[in-house]
Amino acid sequence: MNKASLTLAGWGRATCATTEAVRPERFTEAVAAFRAPAGERGICLHAGGRSYGDCALNDGGETLITTRLDRVLAFDETTGIIQVEPGVTFARLLSIFLPRGFLAPVTPGTGFATIGGAVANDVHGKNHEADGSFAQHVTEIDMLLPDGTQRTITPANTELFRATAAGLGLTGFMTRIAFRMKRVPGASVTVREQRVTDLDGFLDAMAEASGAPYSVGWIDATARGASLGRGILEVAEPLAGDFATPTAKASAVPVDLPGFALNPLSVAAFNALYWRRVPAQGRTRPVHMAKFLYPLDAIHGWNRIYGKRGFYQFQCVVPYETGPAALRDLLEVIGASRQASFLAVLKRMGAGRAGYLSFPMAGYTLALDFPNKPGIEELYTRLCDITLEAGGRVYLGKDALLSPHMFRLMYPEFAQFQRILDDIDPAQRLQSAMARRLQLRAPL
Amino acid sequence: MSETRTWLILGASSSIGRAFARAAATRGGDIILAGRDRDDLARTARDIETTTGRAARALQFDALAYQTHGALAADLAIVPGVLNVVVLFGTMPEQSAMDADPSLALSCIDAVFSGAVSVLQHLAPGLEKRGSGVVIGFGSVAGDRGRLKNYVYGAAKSGFHTYLAGLRNRLGRSGVHVMTVKPGFVDTAMTFGLPGLFLLASPDSVADACLDAAVKRRDIIYVPWFWRFIMLIIRSVPERIFKKLSI
Repeated sequence: MNKASLTLAGWGRATCATTEAVRPERFTEAVAAFRAPAGERGICLHAGGRSYGDCALNDGGETLITTRLDRVLAFDETTGIIQVEPGVTFARLLSIFLPRGFLAPVTPGTGFATIGGAVANDVHGKNHEADGSFAQHVTEIDMLLPDGTQRTITPANTELFRATAAGLGLTGFMTRIAFRMKRVPGASVTVREQRVTDLDGFLDAMAEASGAPYSVGWIDATARGASLGRGILEVAEPLAGDFATPTAKASAVPVDLPGFALNPLSVAAFNALYWRRVPAQGRTRPVHMAKFLYPLDAIHGWNRIYGKRGFYQFQCVVPYETGPAALRDLLEVIGASRQASFLAVLKRMGAGRAGYLSFPMAGYTLALDFPNKPGIEELYTRLCDITLEAGGRVYLGKDALLSPHMFRLMYPEFAQFQRILDDIDPAQRLQSAMARRLQLRAPL
Repeated sequence: MSETRTWLILGASSSIGRAFARAAATRGGDIILAGRDRDDLARTARDIETTTGRAARALQFDALAYQTHGALAADLAIVPGVLNVVVLFGTMPEQSAMDADPSLALSCIDAVFSGAVSVLQHLAPGLEKRGSGVVIGFGSVAGDRGRLKNYVYGAAKSGFHTYLAGLRNRLGRSGVHVMTVKPGFVDTAMTFGLPGLFLLASPDSVADACLDAAVKRRDIIYVPWFWRFIMLIIRSVPERIFKKLSI
């Protein structure tokens, strides 16, 4: 098996790592690669490359790329339980099982993400309030622990399971993941879109829609003053009917756009147009599941519009009680910075979470991109401060800039997580740039 | 559908083999995955059965175990309906390693050329008797011209191209079509991490292109298609100049 010296980047492309990588295609090769001796910087598991920051990067260390372990091993139509290798993508599951009436119970915003990555980040989707986080639907995981021993874990053997869900790949190599797929009545959803003129209106409209299976809000983070928090709320529910899937052709961003392409003027103009796209009285229409769940997947390499320097994504969640004031503060700081890019995403979350380091909490989650420019660290820290003060936290799957101190304040169950890691991986074989940055392990 | 179609994929553990198996099953064929790593092939077989509903099974096959190829051909005689065959095994050691160790050069030729010829020679009479089906042989653009960086592998593939041309002539007489595929750079375990590659094609796109071309009964195809033009240029460089290039 070839070993390659590669530069891998997070999806935001602002963080890169040069690493010795292998990409096994056979199961035995993967097991052997995982068990092989690793250097001082250990080994890191990397799959779809859709985490924005550094959680799947390992500069100066080794990387095991799992994308070619992509087989569906079993599916039981009566229980809906599917068993897969970790590199299977959501897009493949959708294309195969949606025509048969089944869908992943929870999916992130891109179909290029893998099931292994979904467990390791305990991802959420547009249905978090209704259906919880991904790992809550997992029934069983076969994994190789850092010392190479094989172990099958279920939600019943709580501690290792809770460390593995949202465990950033640090508890072991998941070789088989079983989870429950969800039955759907058709391949489409009915989407109701409505314009919302300000933040209070947004929060009210979202509260009203909170019984809906899916909902997501798009905020114009460049709007200020009376328009602060204006945006579009999309509420969707499954549409009974046919399972035909149109074959949509994807386009691609072929080159990195120059840095000046995105500037405060062009972004504000785009956002204003996007807001007006929906008629004032709102509209309702059927949309295919793939298009609804993965709107950006039709443009391959969309991250290149931010140019060579890339971008950071900030995603936080703040509790319902402190949320409205915190969101207002966040949006004001973002608006004043004139750094905001395209639409920010605002959603409600429920309390569902499966792991010690899972992101979700009951409240509002806000996500948006910032081009990688001077001053971004200060802005990010400022946003983290507001989040922390409100009792919220930022999402590690997106993060590249959080400090170890803030991380500990945001993730109170970290101590349990760390105890498990000390127990199963005393030699610190599993590492990542994020683990080192956030000091998840004590120095050896 | 009138008759069942079965694809025998020799070298199915490779990523192109896996992609081909999935694509062929999606288009309605049953699959026999032949290769050395039978446990791994069994996982791929489960994937195909689960995702396409077609029958799939793993079959032990070693290109270098020439003496077993006769028994393999005999076993396949009982496969009902149309039997299609894909040959895509091979190894590509570093040229510099083969320059340092001539035995490595021979093992490359043994797999890429001798192994392929051996198994197809054993399968050919059965295919003639069936009088239908397709044989897809994977050559390589490396076989179009001997280059400093890859000439042993290229020579073995070139020999295979010539063999396939003859087999096309022979089997065509009984209604079996033989297609030569010359892939350019494909994103596989063989090319992973190699420097100087460009325009890497995905295994899935290669599989689809081959199946489309097989339906049209094409004789020789380049995948992706633009390699026809790249190789046209490379072939047309006079040897006097070419011998000094290090591509």
